Amino acid sequence: MIGLVCDWLGAALVVAGLFVFVGAAAGLLRFPDFYTRMHAAGKGDTLCSLLIVLGVVVHTLGAADWDHFQWGHVLTPLKLLLICAFIMISSPVSTHALMDAGYDDGIKPVIGEGGDALGEDGVAPGAGDGTGGKGGA
Amino acid sequence: MGFHMAAGVILLLLMIPAVYRIVAGPTPIDRAVGVNVIGTKTAVLLVLIGAVFQRVDMFVDFALAYGLLNFIGSVAAARYLHRTREHALAEDAIGGEEGA
Repeated sequence: MIGLVCDWLGAALVVAGLFVFVGAAAGLLRFPDFYTRMHAAGKGDTLCSLLIVLGVVVHTLGAADWDHFQWGHVLTPLKLLLICAFIMISSPVSTHALMDAGYDDGIKPVIGEGGDALGEDGVAPGAGDGTGGKGGA
Repeated sequence: MGFHMAAGVILLLLMIPAVYRIVAGPTPIDRAVGVNVIGTKTAVLLVLIGAVFQRVDMFVDFALAYGLLNFIGSVAAARYLHRTREHALAEDAIGGEEGA
C-alpha cells in the first residue's frame, strides 16, 4: 500500500519535473536575447532537477524493504537529498556567474517599449562603453 | 519500457534545444549556458538510470561527482569569458590614445 503511494507520488514528481523542463527548453530555444534565455535556463533547470531527484527519492523510499532494515535504505535517499541541496546552491551560483560575465562583456538586452531600466539609450552603464561603470572618470 | 526509462528518454530528447543553443548560440556565453544545462541534466539522468537498473545506491555517487565537476566547469567558463574591469580599462586607454 505505502509502496504504491510512493510509486505514484514519485512518478508525479518526475512528470512535474519533465513538464518544467519542457518550459525551460522552449525558453532556451525561443527567447530573443541572452538575458531572457538565461532566465529560462536558470530557473527551469534548477526546479526540474530538484523535482526529478525528489521523485527518485520518494521512489527509492517506497521500493526499500523496510522489514529487513539496512542503512543503505536511509543513506541512498540522504545522498539524493544531498544532490538536491547541492543543485539548489550551485545552479543559481553558476547562472549568476555566467550572467555577470555576459553583462560585463557588453551583451545588450533587447529593449522593449518600457525602456532600459539599467542604463540610458539601451546601453547599460559600464557594459558597452568599456569604462567599467566609472563613467567619465 | 519502464516509467523511469521513459522519463530518461524524454529528458534526453528535451536536451536537444540546449544542443541547438550550443551550436547556434550567438555569443560564447550562450554556449556556456547550454553546456551548463546539459551538465545538470546529465547528473539527473544518471539518477534516473540508477532507478532503471534498481541500483540508485551506486549511481547516486556518480551523479554527485558529475554535478560537482559541472559546477566547477561552469564557474571556470564564466571566469574565463569574463571581460574584467582592468582589461576593459586597459582597452579603453589604448582606444583613447588612438583617438588623440
